[in-house]
Amino acid sequence: MEKYENLPAADAALDITDAVCPITFVRAKAALEEMEAGAVLALRMNDGEPVQNVPRSVKEEGHRILKLADNEDGTYTLFVRKVEEA
Amino acid sequence: MSFSNEQLERYSRHIILKEIGIKGQKKLSAASVLIIGAGGLGAPAALYLAAAGVGRIGIADADRVDLSNLQRQIIHGTNDLGKEKAESAAESMRAVNPETRVETHVCFVSAANIGALIAGYDFVLDGTDNFPAKFLINDACVLAKKPFSHAGIIRFRGQLMTYVPGAGPCYRCAFKEPPPPDAVPTCSQAGVVGAMAGVIGSLQAMEAVKYFTGAGELLTGALLTYDALAQEFRKIRLPRREACGVCGSNPTITAPFDYPGAVCEVAP
Repeated sequence: MEKYENLPAADAALDITDAVCPITFVRAKAALEEMEAGAVLALRMNDGEPVQNVPRSVKEEGHRILKLADNEDGTYTLFVRKVEEA
Repeated sequence: MSFSNEQLERYSRHIILKEIGIKGQKKLSAASVLIIGAGGLGAPAALYLAAAGVGRIGIADADRVDLSNLQRQIIHGTNDLGKEKAESAAESMRAVNPETRVETHVCFVSAANIGALIAGYDFVLDGTDNFPAKFLINDACVLAKKPFSHAGIIRFRGQLMTYVPGAGPCYRCAFKEPPPPDAVPTCSQAGVVGAMAGVIGSLQAMEAVKYFTGAGELLTGALLTYDALAQEFRKIRLPRREACGVCGSNPTITAPFDYPGAVCEVAP
């Protein structure tokens, strides 16, 4: 549908399709830590448990979810803008 | 420095925590702790701090592993009987986490060596079993402005407090002087439940982790006591004592000293 359209520009990309909970979130957290505030991470993850949990956990850390794009291959890409903790 | 995927997995349960995270885990990796006594208290503390990924841990003990130690000193096993406790502890710690650098000091602490020993570490954990050693560690840490965790256990009771320079009382503020020799029995005379060493030694490790990561409140200005028979914890507020001999406004103790006749038997 909007596979190649309207996707935010990403400054960094991370594939966590080879990981399971909670390492999915741990790797995402580590990647965000290394980025500048305001930068966008494109996070590719599997459907199911990762899509249910990782966006919520990333949001709880205070980062901004820009978009969750369905790659239509059993994976999703989550676009997250890093927010520096207050 | 960034963590490898293997390190992210090893420390994942820390990293997930908001109060620790990647930042806190990096602080632990950069931290160093000296554990004085590889006995009842030191055993769980050393294992948990090694497992936690503390970068460098020193373990000081001059004793050898004895059969009567194994009821509570869970860092040593039956195969370690007769080994130097510091070496036996180091082997267990390295087995848990090869990333932690373990340094062994096969010696009893005394006024002569304590300054040099603690100088090389960020935080000191008192796992000794006698009053002269506890006062020596307190005085040396206060004089060197070194944060440390005090603890003691006997029978079904345990206690601990944390000293951080400028942030509250020291051990001497609360207890002034060691009791007369033989007024209070040692663990070898009085006995102690093995799990008591696990409870209080683990609480000491918790204080160290919180000190380095900045999570929560430390036991500065408070003594936490544990009564296992009543299954009760009590937190007793402790003020700093102006007249304290070592941290008061007119200190009479200006260098660490050994109490006469003190044979520093480490490790309850």
